[in-house]
Amino acid sequence: MKDLSMEKLSGQYYDVLKELGNIGAGNATTALAQMLGGKVDMSVPQVKLLDFNVLGDTVGGEDVIMAGIYLQVEGDISGNMMFIQNKVSAAHLINKMMGGMFEIKDEEVEEHEFSEMECSAIKEVGNIITGAYLNALSSLTNLTIYPSVPQLAIDMAGALLSVPAVEFGLFADKILLVQTKFSDDVELDGFFILIPDMESYEKILTVLGVI
Amino acid sequence: MSNVIKVGMADLAVCSGEDAVTTLGLGSCIGIAIRDPATGIGGLVHIMLPDSTEIRNNSNRPKFADTGIEDLVNAIVKKGGNRSRLVAKIAGGAQMFGASGNANTIRVGERNAQASKKKLMQMRIPLLASDTGNTYGRTVIFYPKTGDYVIRSVGKPEKVI
Repeated sequence: MKDLSMEKLSGQYYDVLKELGNIGAGNATTALAQMLGGKVDMSVPQVKLLDFNVLGDTVGGEDVIMAGIYLQVEGDISGNMMFIQNKVSAAHLINKMMGGMFEIKDEEVEEHEFSEMECSAIKEVGNIITGAYLNALSSLTNLTIYPSVPQLAIDMAGALLSVPAVEFGLFADKILLVQTKFSDDVELDGFFILIPDMESYEKILTVLGVI
Repeated sequence: MSNVIKVGMADLAVCSGEDAVTTLGLGSCIGIAIRDPATGIGGLVHIMLPDSTEIRNNSNRPKFADTGIEDLVNAIVKKGGNRSRLVAKIAGGAQMFGASGNANTIRVGERNAQASKKKLMQMRIPLLASDTGNTYGRTVIFYPKTGDYVIRSVGKPEKVI
């Protein structure tokens, strides 16, 4: 299966990846609920195989400012993972985590520059969410997966997404995006992008008995 | 009425007159703007990777600096631009996160910038200005009529090169 390419990840492969996305996002929601100490609902995640040029629009526009968490994955599989959410969602999570210590008001979010402490909170949320996602993948496949310490950048969606897009770009002209809507009292939009390298795709699909 | 044509990732567009071409949120990618100053015909290509010959899956030509620049030049000439008069400006090539990625994508922004400059030099297209590197995203708008290349970043003043 050395000639496995993204274009061939259709049909059954795609369903498997979709299911992984579902389970991962489900786990992430549970983790989020535990952290926030409340009930968090999740809509059915949407898994999309997208062309690069529509990627920005899918997350709400290339120039929308978002918070992106990026980390490396090592172990039995290797690759990268990204979790991005818009500034409003990030601010809401910070407010929740800080227990109202420094409230960022909705009307101020646009202009607000996240402090070091707030950035650290976003990283922690990202860590928990991506960790839960990867745990689901790991227990499903019995593969050992270690995430690295996450890195955070707050910038235009297009600029953030260019990083995973380049990783996908090495072997494909499409990118696999998992969109999740979390909601407690407000709705939070988040997007996962998992980018195993091509060998790791083979490993995952082989373990799951697809190829 | 002037239009602003949007160029997505791994995409290119050519325009003339009062029209402009734009690409939103360039990260490690590069926006290469080329124009013929005499006719005001020009365009923009949004490349993602430095070299099409390093990658097996390379049919998407605007994705790479080398093939993307070739295609943009051909498109400008086809629209009536003069090949020998072309000049270029480039922007982008940021490092959005710290050192990361596999051997092919580490410092990809920097390598994209180098590859773009090298290709322009090979094709004897003068590079008039560039704004590359750093750690922030850039939104760019290129006006082929005047040659203005406007760069906007989050929390920074607008820049024209």
